Parts: sequence; structure tokens; C-alpha cells
Amino acid sequence: MQRTDISNPTYFHKVVDCQWACPAHTPVPEYIRLIAQGRYSDAYMINWTSNVFPGILGRTCDRPCEPACRRGRVEENNGADPEPVAICRLKRVAADMKDDVKNRMPSLSPKNGKRVACIGAGPASLTVARDLAPLGYDVTVFDGEAKAGGFIRTQIPRFRLPESVIDEETGYILDLGVTFKSGQRIDSMNGLLAENYDAVFVGCGAPRGRDLVLPGRKEAAANIHIGIDWLASVSFGHITKIGSRVIVLGGGNTAMDCCRSSRRLGGDEVKVIVRSGFEEMKASPWEKEDAMHEGIPIMNFHVPKAFIHENGKLTGMTFEIVKAIYDDKGHRSLVPTGEPDALIECDDVLVAVGQENAFPWIEADCGIEFDKWGLPTLGKETHQSTVPNVFFGGDAAFGPKNIITAVAHGHEAAVSIDRFLNGEDIHQRPDPLTNLMSQKMGIHEWSYDNDTSNDLRFKVPWAKAEIALASIKVEVELGFDVATAFKEAHRCLNCDVQTVFTESACIECDACVDICPMDCITFTVNGEESDLRERLQAPAHNKDQALYVSAELKTGHIMAKDEDVCLHCGLCAERCPTGAWDMQKFLLNTTKAGSSCRDGAQVKIKVADEVVA
Amino acid sequence: MTYIAKPRLHHPTLTLNNVGYTRRDYEGRVSTLCAGCGHDSISAAVIQACWELDIEPHRVAKLSGIGCSSKTPDYFLGASHGFNTVHGRMPSALTGANLANRDLLYLGVSGDGDSASIGLGQFAHAMRRGVRMAYIVENNGVYGLTKGQFSATADRGSKSKKGVINSDSPVDLVGLALQLGATYVARSFSGDKAQLVPLIKGAMAHGGAAFIDVISPCVTFNNHGGSTKSYDYVREHNEAVSRIDFISDRNEITAMYEPGEVIEVQQHDGSMLRLRKLLSDYDPTDRNRAMNYMQTHHSRGEIVTGLLYVDPMATDLHTSLNTSELPLNAMSAAQLCPGSGALAKLNASMR
Repeated sequence: MQRTDISNPTYFHKVVDCQWACPAHTPVPEYIRLIAQGRYSDAYMINWTSNVFPGILGRTCDRPCEPACRRGRVEENNGADPEPVAICRLKRVAADMKDDVKNRMPSLSPKNGKRVACIGAGPASLTVARDLAPLGYDVTVFDGEAKAGGFIRTQIPRFRLPESVIDEETGYILDLGVTFKSGQRIDSMNGLLAENYDAVFVGCGAPRGRDLVLPGRKEAAANIHIGIDWLASVSFGHITKIGSRVIVLGGGNTAMDCCRSSRRLGGDEVKVIVRSGFEEMKASPWEKEDAMHEGIPIMNFHVPKAFIHENGKLTGMTFEIVKAIYDDKGHRSLVPTGEPDALIECDDVLVAVGQENAFPWIEADCGIEFDKWGLPTLGKETHQSTVPNVFFGGDAAFGPKNIITAVAHGHEAAVSIDRFLNGEDIHQRPDPLTNLMSQKMGIHEWSYDNDTSNDLRFKVPWAKAEIALASIKVEVELGFDVATAFKEAHRCLNCDVQTVFTESACIECDACVDICPMDCITFTVNGEESDLRERLQAPAHNKDQALYVSAELKTGHIMAKDEDVCLHCGLCAERCPTGAWDMQKFLLNTTKAGSSCRDGAQVKIKVADEVVA
Repeated sequence: MTYIAKPRLHHPTLTLNNVGYTRRDYEGRVSTLCAGCGHDSISAAVIQACWELDIEPHRVAKLSGIGCSSKTPDYFLGASHGFNTVHGRMPSALTGANLANRDLLYLGVSGDGDSASIGLGQFAHAMRRGVRMAYIVENNGVYGLTKGQFSATADRGSKSKKGVINSDSPVDLVGLALQLGATYVARSFSGDKAQLVPLIKGAMAHGGAAFIDVISPCVTFNNHGGSTKSYDYVREHNEAVSRIDFISDRNEITAMYEPGEVIEVQQHDGSMLRLRKLLSDYDPTDRNRAMNYMQTHHSRGEIVTGLLYVDPMATDLHTSLNTSELPLNAMSAAQLCPGSGALAKLNASMR
């Protein structure tokens, strides 16, 4: 194998699994350490800079970071069930326990005379506004609703996300000199373009819930509701009750929100019914667990056939019972089992079988092209549409995803807009700011806590079921207390503190090999990667994780380290007599809009952006 | 040296041996030796060997004297019996323990000071009596605990870290062991576990006095240019006589070799030592030739390593003394103290 090029920022970035998996690349271990130190406001600001909505995401994020977390892998075959660090809920701790952070918000530059319109006040648009407004852009955000937040406000039930948190975090952005035109739904793109904004950002989401056209749909329409519309009506208080027997169709997170909301609005017998198998459902595992925890059964392999009604009143639904058959190539098909159709009685049905993008307000002649799926034709990184000054982000760009993806889109689009309005090529993307710094403080002293915790994941406490189910406004999860947050934070392995190897110093004494608790390090003769992976102290079968390979050493051997289950405990560096191993903190901040994203930007370490640990 | 204990977490693929333990179960406490000490690699080799041999930790007794090397039994086999004797007296304490209970496997751990200076006489007599043990000397050529003076195994002409030239002749422990009748004699290097682990396994399965001299660089005081016990020097001058594979009787023998390439030595417990020859003229079952060979190569400045001599049919002190099979702690009080009648009879037989 070739010597690993650690000067390439992606190498160490990939080792920080959580940060790599996060669409916004939030420096997770950095803020978790600050939480352990009780520096909640500092932890909050790291999040705020990176993902804009720490309090909201700390309750609702899809958490791509957690399945990626190394902790889940190192706990494998070490006793109880392996679990990642509760990254998402630690984020909430930072938001809940911080002090007033108003005076830490960015200062505003003088206006630069450029006007940017953001359509929709959801997470993507607000991120664009947050990134551009402090730079002097005149940002106007339009939304059809009275308050900002978009999907966050209309579709996430209050028992998961209190309104006060939305108000606070959308407020930080609107207070940056952003003009918020509430109650103004844009109904003509041509009309907006005629107002001569320098750039337009479309972050209107995927606002249309898919319907299910089956026999009886029209006749029983009064008791059949589209999930996301129903959730919005609940959110605004237009709907406060539902029948006692409710069927929720669909297996995504919207379905989970629908069923749990129903439980709180009079639904005593709420069932989630899905076509596919339980495992293939799109909802996050924890959202399924939460629903089942509230006594909601999930029935799988039931394909909806018809709405049954009597005199225009819905009485139930029939389902065909299927099973999954896999062909040679592993493709699944759902085949009827031959059992008689199931009739399930109900008073109301919530249809949560997916969302669609809809842009009825973008005129065909305005120059914005759409693909065959009805999505705008965009540059993958630039988010630029076929009209050069119109950009898309969030669910409106590449179809429905989640909040953290929308935030990441917002940052990218803001960079594009900033470069575009400064006359620079937007296909040239700025490199991230990276830094690698030794954490050595003394002979066996590191500036991070390297003593690996043996604790298993801590559970977030819940409000009592009778209280939680009595009102849709009572927040179910109570969040970690300080003591539990401290212990959970200690489960973090500090994967950003990298093991950095210097060939010239190594005397091949094997001390690091002998001490490594996870058998990560091997000195052996070089070979092809597939061969080398088998010849290590412990086989390296997780191909997603890199091997860190040195140049040839004095004896002709190389050092090969499997990054997969490294605890970052630093014992290799402590046992190294020559300092060939060192523990160095890798910090990566994606470059946001502003002077640093533009050509010829001097690389300056902006202390204000980071917290010097 | 480290303040944190080695984390309990282990690699997900770590396997159990035939007696149900992982390799990590054979570890001891975290080492307090200098970072990079060769002794730590020897500890790791002992751990690996005992795990591979499927030894239940409670069947091992590890005894040591005084010195850096003699501290190491704290760092491996944390669940075994241990005894830390006064300086240089490990062989007699071990002999006593062995006579009292021959059911345990004895591991004697010592250093060049402990065995070649203060304990030279003890070492000699344990070898000549044939006490069944694996006697490991962790040989670094210096007194590390007292700031790096030459020890008795330092080569004449080698230089100390301060620049002093050693004028004394070295004690050649391997030569002494051969001469005094040890029945398994090997030399190895802490930086070569591929060689060291099978040598330790062979020694632990050996039926008599097994001696391994392990050159173990002292990173703090004896790993510099003028040293003959540094990592670099040993690697440059290492002349291995054979590559050794330890094959327990359960393993199937699969690899095929040309005749004359391999010597197989079956020990009394059925285990097999397979030696792939690296030097065509070397015969490890011929004591005289082994001694000659050692002397010749030593005079050329080469460090001969590997299994130098083995007597597969070795016997031990218990055989010579015709002692009881049963350990003393398994005998009843009546057996241990047969009474004044038996004593009178014994006394009468001596008159």
C-alpha cells in the first residue's frame, strides 16, 4: 500500500465518523468535550455556527452521526448491546443549559447593497439568511405562515419540540437584520424575479403530501386526512380531536408523528399499518420505538385495498396480506399470501405515505428547468438552477430529506450566492479550515480525557405516560440532567484526537503494539490492501475504515494501523519512547460564506469562530 | 509509564482459547517500566504463549528476583501465582516451590544483574539440578534501576550512554547453561516475537530445565550507538539458526518441507518443535557442536538466536530424587507427618 497522505484533510475527517456522517460536518467531539467541562454556551455556539438550530436538532435530528459513531463498533462483543454515544441528546443539553448567547451572535457588516430573496422560512432558507445577512446582504425571507420555521413549526408535534425553542432559534436569525415577510406566499416566480433581487433562494420544502387513491376515498373523504396537512392543522390548533380508532398509513417519520399525535387527541386505538416489512420502514428506529412505547402497534405486510364506508361515514379499511419474496438479485417483491383480506375498523385514517415536490408557482417560461421527477435541474454542489441567480436548497432541491440536510444545503447555497455576487466561479468550492495540534501536556498528560469510559448508553428520561399522553403540548423527553450528561459525554471516544505517526522517530520497539487494547497497530511487511487487512494483529474487515500506513521503516517493515475500532486512548503515544506517536487534535470547520470562501482569501485562523480548548 | 489503566474494551474479533479465555485475560497490571522497554515486549510474548498453549492461569507460578526484569511478572498473568524473592534468589525459591508441588508450571523471570551477578551461583545450580522451569533472563546489559552502569553481561568494548568503555569480559549465560546441563537452551530478542513466542511455548512444555536468554534493549540507558544490546545492533547482528514452530499434539501438521530442511523434535508431553533450518550445518540436539558454534559466532560479533540446544527426553529433579507424584498440599496430615514411629524407623536405617 501507498503511504497514507495525512495532509489530505479528508483522511482524518473520515476518522471522525460522526463529523464525516453529518451533512453539516459539525465538529461533534469538540462540543461534547465542552459539555463535559460544563461549557454549555461554548458547546452551543460550535453547534450554532455549524448547524444553526442546536435546540431544534437536539430534539428532532435524524442523527446520521449516531449509526456512524465509533462507540457502537468498539462495544461490539464486549458485553451488553453496543450503542453509539447519544450525540443528538447531548446537543440538546448544550441548548438547554447554555447561558444567554445573544451577545455572541455575529456582528453585522455595513450593507453591501445586494438584495437576496429567500422563499420559505424553513431551515434551508434561514441558514442562507443566517450566513448572508451578517455579511451585509439585504436578505428578505418570504413565508405563507405567520411565523418562521417552515416544516419545523408546522409538522413536528409540540410534544417533541416546544414552540419556545423554535421561536428562540428562528429569532436569532431574524434578529440579524433579516426582513421577514410573513403571510406572503410567493405565487409567481416571474413576479418575484421582476423585483430584481440579485439572487433568489428557493427553500420552500416539499409541501405536498401524497394521497392514496383507493375505492371509497371520495365517499369517506371527511375522515381521511393527508398526514402533513393534518399535522400542520394540529400545530396551528385548527384540529384538536380525532376519532378513537385511528389507522395511520405509512412507515416514515411523518407517520410516527401522526400516530403519536393521534394518541394525544383522543385516539385510544391507534395503529400504524405499512405495506413493507417492519425492518424496511423508513422511520428512524428510535421513532418507531417511541411510538410502540406509547402503545401503538405497527402492523406490517398489509397493503391497503379500500376504504369501507356506510352512508358516507368511514367505518374501516381492507388490506391485502402479503409477504416479501426476494429474487436471486435480492430484489424484493410483495406477494399476496392468499389469506383473506383483513378488515380493520376505524374512525379516521391518516395518510402518511410520502411527500412530493410541487412548484405550481414557478412558471414554465421563467427559465428554471425541471427533471422528469419534477425536481429542479441543479448543480450538485452549487445548488444553482438553470437561471444563474436562482438557487435551491432543502427538500425543494433534491427531494424530501431532513432538517440537517437542509441546513447543509443552506450553507452551500450561501457560499454559491456569495461567490456569485462577487463575480467568482461558483464551481470552485472553498476548502475547509483544518488544524492539527498536539494534545501533549506532559509525560503522561493530555489535554483531553483519554481514560475510556466503560458506561453503556444512558437513557433520556421521559415524562410519565399519563401526563405525556394527556396533552399534545407536554414535551415527552425531559433531556439529560447535568450528571447524566457528564457521564454520557464521557462515552465519547474523542475520535478527533488523532493518532499521528512519524516514521523517522520510530525504533520499532513494539511498545505501541503491546499496549493497544484494540489490537489496532501492526508492524509487518507491506502488501496489497486486501492482503494486508488479513495480516494485522486483528483482521481489518470493515472496509469503510481506512488503514493508516507508514512509509518503509528501518527493518523494511511498515506500520499499519486499522482506524476501525481505535479508542483514541493515547496509550500508543504514552508508551512510545521516541514520540513517534502523538495525539493531535484534528479540527475541521467547513468554510461558510464570507471573505474566507472567496478567491485569494488569506487562510486566517479566526479565533472567534472556534473555542480555544 | 502511564496513569490510566489499559481500557477493558477489546477488539470485537478477539477469540477464546480452548480453556475459555481471551488473550487479554492473561494480561496483568499496566507496566510501570520506561516507555519502549524491551521487557514489555517479553511480557506480551509470555501472554501470547500462555494463551496459545491453553494454559489455565491458575496453573502457572511466576517467580522473580529484583530488578526491572523482575518487576515484569506484575504485568502479565494477573490471575497466576507469583512470588517476588530477594535479589538473585529466584532459583532457590522456585526449586522449593517446584519440589512441593510439581503440578504447576514454573516460570522464572530474571535479569542480567539478578542472574549473572548476585544470583550467578543460584542460576548455575538450578541449571545443573534440572529444575523443571522456563527460566527467562531479560538481558539488557545494564543496571537500569541504578542509572545504567554496565551489568555482567555487557560485552567487552561496548560503550555506556555516558561514553565509558566496558573493560570486563561478559558472562555468557547461554554458554553457562549449555555447560551446566540445561536441557533446553535458546536465545532470542524482545523485538522479534515471531521467534520468541514459540520459544517460550517450547520452554513451558519442556520436561526439564529450560533457559531462554532474551536480549531486551534498555531504551533509556542502553539503546545508543556504542551499545551491543540496542535495537539497531541486535537487528544488524542477529544470526538465527532456525525458525521455530511450536506444534501442540492437537494440531494437524500440514506444511510440507524438503528432507533436510526441517528438524522435528518431539518433547515428552507430545508437543512438537519444528525447526526450519536457516543454517544447514546446525544440529540443535548436539550439545558440543552447539557450544562450539556459539563460541565461533560470538567471536565474529554475531548474536546467535533461536533454539540452540534441546534434549527432548530430558528428565528433571523430581526424577533424580524420586519424589512423590502428589503435591504436598494434596497430602493428608497423616501422610505429611507419619508420626514418631516412622521417624524412629528412618533414624534407625541411617545408623
